[in-house]
Amino acid sequence: MTPNLVYIVVIGVLFAAGVSMVLERSLTRVLMGMILLGNGVNLLILLGGKAGTPPIVGLGPEEEMADPLPQIMILTAIVITLGMTAFLLALAYRSWAMSGHDEVQDDVEDRRIMQLAERDEGSGTDDTDHEATP
Amino acid sequence: MLAVLILHAAAALLAPLLVRALGNRALYLLALAPASTFAWTLVNRAPLTETYPWVPHLGMDLALHMGTLSWLMLLVVSGIGAIVLVYCAHYFEQGDPALGRFAGTFLGFATAMTGLVVSDDLLLLYVFWELTTVFSYLLIGHKGEQVAGRRAAMQALVVTTAGGLAMLVGFVMLGHGAGTYRWSEIAAGPLPEGSTVAAILILAGALSKSAIFPFSFWLPAAMAAPTPASAYLHAASMVKAGVFLLGLMGPLLAQAGPWRPIAVIAGALTLLLGGWAAMRQHDLKLLLAYGTVSQLGLLTVAFGAAGRTAALAGAALLLAHALFKAALFLVVGIIDRQTGTRDLRDLSGLARRSPVLAGIAGLAVASMMGVPPLAGFVGKESLFAAFEHGGAADRLVLLALVAGSALTVAYGLRFLWGAFATKPGVAPVELSPPSWGFVAPAALLALTGLAAGLGASWLDGVLTPYAELFSGPAEHLALWHGFGLPLLLSAVVLAIGGLVFAGQRRGRPWPRQKVPQAADVYTKLMSAVDRAAVELTGATQRGSLPFSLGVILLVLVIVGGSTLLLAGAPWPSGLRLWDSPLQLVAGAVVIGAALVAARSRRRLTAMILVGVCGYGIAVMFVLHGAPDLALTQFLVETVTIVMFVLVLRRLPVRFSARPLRATRIIRSIIAVSTGVVAAGMAYVAVGGRIATPISTDFAEPAVSYGGGHNIVNVALVDIRAWDTMGEISVLVVAATGVASLIFRRSGALQRRRKEQGTATSRHGSWMRAADNPEARRQSIILQVVARLLFHTIVLFSVYLLFSGHNAPGGGFAGGLVAGLALTTRYLAGGRRELNAAAPVDAGLLLGTGLLIAVGTGAAGLVAGGQVLQSALVDLTIPVLGHLHFATSAFFDVGVYLIVVALVLEILRSLGAELDRQHDVAAREERRALERQKEPV
Repeated sequence: MTPNLVYIVVIGVLFAAGVSMVLERSLTRVLMGMILLGNGVNLLILLGGKAGTPPIVGLGPEEEMADPLPQIMILTAIVITLGMTAFLLALAYRSWAMSGHDEVQDDVEDRRIMQLAERDEGSGTDDTDHEATP
Repeated sequence: MLAVLILHAAAALLAPLLVRALGNRALYLLALAPASTFAWTLVNRAPLTETYPWVPHLGMDLALHMGTLSWLMLLVVSGIGAIVLVYCAHYFEQGDPALGRFAGTFLGFATAMTGLVVSDDLLLLYVFWELTTVFSYLLIGHKGEQVAGRRAAMQALVVTTAGGLAMLVGFVMLGHGAGTYRWSEIAAGPLPEGSTVAAILILAGALSKSAIFPFSFWLPAAMAAPTPASAYLHAASMVKAGVFLLGLMGPLLAQAGPWRPIAVIAGALTLLLGGWAAMRQHDLKLLLAYGTVSQLGLLTVAFGAAGRTAALAGAALLLAHALFKAALFLVVGIIDRQTGTRDLRDLSGLARRSPVLAGIAGLAVASMMGVPPLAGFVGKESLFAAFEHGGAADRLVLLALVAGSALTVAYGLRFLWGAFATKPGVAPVELSPPSWGFVAPAALLALTGLAAGLGASWLDGVLTPYAELFSGPAEHLALWHGFGLPLLLSAVVLAIGGLVFAGQRRGRPWPRQKVPQAADVYTKLMSAVDRAAVELTGATQRGSLPFSLGVILLVLVIVGGSTLLLAGAPWPSGLRLWDSPLQLVAGAVVIGAALVAARSRRRLTAMILVGVCGYGIAVMFVLHGAPDLALTQFLVETVTIVMFVLVLRRLPVRFSARPLRATRIIRSIIAVSTGVVAAGMAYVAVGGRIATPISTDFAEPAVSYGGGHNIVNVALVDIRAWDTMGEISVLVVAATGVASLIFRRSGALQRRRKEQGTATSRHGSWMRAADNPEARRQSIILQVVARLLFHTIVLFSVYLLFSGHNAPGGGFAGGLVAGLALTTRYLAGGRRELNAAAPVDAGLLLGTGLLIAVGTGAAGLVAGGQVLQSALVDLTIPVLGHLHFATSAFFDVGVYLIVVALVLEILRSLGAELDRQHDVAAREERRALERQKEPV
C-alpha cells in the first residue's frame, strides 16, 4: 500500500495542535486538545486498513471493500471520547464553580515531597527514625 | 490432608464470630481444629500423597505429600497449636475486644503452617511460606498502636519476605532445571545441572526464616507479639519452617557444594552469638528469644550437616525444642500475667510461692540443657556422636557445639534463677495463684518432653525412615549409649555451663559481643531506601500536569523518532498525494481549523473550530468507505458542541492568562516534534501492513452467523461484543460521574426526581410546559417545531437502531439521534420541556440498558452457548408478517438505551441543573441589590 500524503499531513497537524493545547493548564483547553489528539489517533488507526467501498455485504464486490476492523475499533473510540468529554466538562465546570477558574493546579502532595527532597529528609514512613529495639 | 486444611481455614474464618458469641470459651472450641489434626496425624503414618487439580492449564496442582519429617512437623504444629489456644483462653482477659481478631489470625497462621509442611508442589509451598509471613506480621503487630510493635512487625516482614523472594527464584530455577515442581519427583532424581545458585538462594530463604545469622535480629524484636503467639510462632512453628526446609531438601541439595559449609558455619555462629546475647538479657521473654535464636543455630547445624546421624539428631532436637521452648514461653506468660513483670531483677521468691510452676520450668530447662533422661539430652547426645569421628572440620564444629551447649546450660540456669530464686535485697513479689487451666498446657508440654526422652527407642523407630534419606554411619536415638565421648561431652557441657553461670553471678556484668549488628545495617538500609524514594519522587513527580505530559511526550518523540530514523524502518517506496480532490479539501479544512483552534484564546471560537475539525474528519471517513464511522462522528461532534456550549456559557469568554513566553516556546517545540513523529509513524505504518488482515474473513460469517450485512455493526454486537460491553460500561460510569459532579448534594437529585414526577402527572395538555415562566421566554415557534419534529426524529432513531444490522446505523447512531431529539426539545423550551419530553430518570434508563445488554449476554450462556453468543431467529407474527433477526439486536437495544440515557444525563446536568443554579444565583444577587437600595 502506498501512503496517502493528505492523511499523513492531517495526522501530523492534529497531533501537533492537540499536544500544544493539552500542555496548557486550562481544563477546557486540555479537553479540546484531547479531542484533536483523539481524531488524529483515529485517523492513524484508519490508515492501517485499506480504503474501498463501505463494508456492507452485497453493496459491491468483496475485494473492493474497505477493511472493517479498524472501523470497528474507531467506532468504539469515538463513543468513549463522548463519555470522557462529558465527564471532563463537568469536572471543568465544577472546578470553575468552586475555585473561580478551570485550571489544573499542581499536586500538593508532590510539592511536599519535593520540599522534603530539597531538605534532604526522609518521609519517616519506615519507622526507623526512632530508637532501635534492644 | 486437604480436609485438614479446609477445617483449619473454616475455623479461622469462624473464629471472630465464635469469640464474639462465646467470649474466651470459644477458644476451647477452636482448639478442636488443630487437636483433630493432631489426632489424624497420630493415626496416619507417612508417606501419604494427595493430588487435586487446581490450575490445570498451568500444570499446577494442589499436590500434598507427607513424609516422615512432615509428619513430625505436623504433629508439632497441630499439637502445640491446640495447647496454646487453650492457654490463650486464660491468658487474655475476658471480653478483650481484640481477641476475635487474634484468634482468627492465629488459626489462619496455623492453616498456612499446616499447608507449608504438607505441600509437595514447590510453588504451593512458597504460597504457604509467604502466608505464614503475612500472618506473623499481623500477630507481631497485634498491638498496632505501639510504634515498637509496628516496627518489629515490619522488620520481620521485610527480612523474611526478602529471603522468601530469593527462595522463590531458587525454586523456579530448581523446578525449571528438573522439569517439575513436585518435590517428591525432584528429590527422586539427580540434582539438576547448575543448581548451585538455586541451592544458595533457597538456603538464604530458609536461614532468614529461621532467624539465623546474619538475619537473627528480627526474632528478638518480634517479641512484641502477645506471649502465646511468641510461644507458637517463634518457638514451635514458624521459625522451624526454615529448619524444616533444610531438613526436607538437604538429602538432595547438600550435593551442591556450598550448602553444607554455609549452613553449618552460619548455624554454629548463631548458636554462639545467640547464647552469648541471652546471658545479657534481663527480660525473661527476651532471654528466651535469644535462647531460641541460639537453639535454631543448633538445629541448622544438625540439618545443614546433612548426615544420617546428624539428621536423626536434628529431628529429635526439633521435637524437643518445640516442647521445652513453648513450655517456657507459656511459663513466662503466666509470670507476666500474675505478677505484672517479667524483669528478672524484680522477681524474687517465686519458687516458694508457686512450686508447681517452678517444677514445670525446671523440667523444661533441664530438657534444654540436655539433662538425662529428657528429650533434649537424647537429641544432643546423637548430635555429638554425629561429629565424633570426622576430620579437623568436624572437630571444630564439635567444639562449637560444646561451647554453645555450655552457654545454653548457663542461660538456662540464669532463666531459672532469674524467674524463681529468692534474691537477697529484692522484695518477694506477690503472685496471684493461676488457675490450673492456665498452668496445665505448660505442664503438659514439659511432661511430653520427659516422655519423649524416656521413649527414645520408640522415637528412633518412628524417625529412622527420615534419617535413611541421608547416607552415613547409622547411630540410634537412645537414652544409654554406653560410656563414650558423647556422654563425656554431655557431662562436660553441664559442668562448664554451671561454672559459667556461677562465675557470672559473682563477677562483672556479661561483656557485650563485638560482632557488627545486622540490625544497624537493616535500619540504615531502610532509611536509605526511604531517602532514595523521596529524592526520586521529588525529581520525577513535579506535581504539574503540563510537566508530566511534556515528559511523556518527549519520551514518545525521542524513542519513536529514533526508532524511525535509526532502526531502519521499512520506509514505503512511493507516495500518493490524495485519492480524490474532495479528500484534499476535507484535509485542508481539518488542518486549517486545527491550527487556528490551537492559537485561539476564546473558548467558544476554539470549540467551534474543534467541531469543524471533527466534521472534516467525518467527511474523510465517508471518502475512506466508512459510513458508520462518519455517521457516528457527525452525531458525536454535534452532541459535543451542544455540551460545550452548555458549559461554556457559564465559563469566562477567554482562556485564563497565557503562559510565559519561554514555556510557550518549549510547548511549541514539543508539539511540532510530536506531530512530525506521528506523521512519520503514519507514513511507515502503512508500509508495515504486510500480513493479510483478519477481517477479510469477516464478510461471510457476518451474514451466515451474525445475520447482518453491515460487517461493522455485526462485529460490534457479536464478534467484538465484549469490547462493546466494556464501552457501554464506561458510558454508564461517565454519565453517573457527570451527574454526581454537577448535582452537589443528594437533595438536589431528589428534587430532580420530583420535577420529573410533576411533568408526568399533568396529562391532557398538549403544551404541557407552556404555563411555566421559563418557557415563555423562549420562542414559541421554535418550541412548536421542536415538538412536531420530536416524534419523527425518535422514530427515525429507532429505524436506525434496527436497520443498522444491514445498513449504516445501529445502537450508537440511533441512540445519538434520539439524544439529539431530546436536545432540540431542551434547547427550544428549557428544562421543563426536557422533563416533558423524557419523563424518566436517566439513571433508571442507564440501568435498564445495561440490564438488557448483560441479559442478552447471559441468555447466550443459559441457552447453552457462550456469553454474548447470538442466534438467528425466524418468527411469523400474524400482523407483522415474517421476522428474521439476530438476538444480538437486543444487545444493540441496550446500547441504544445507554446512549440515550447518557445524552439525557448530560442535558439534565450540564443543561438544566446549571440553569437552575444560575437562576438561584441571579435571584440572590437581585435580592442583595434591592436590600442595598432600601433606605436605612
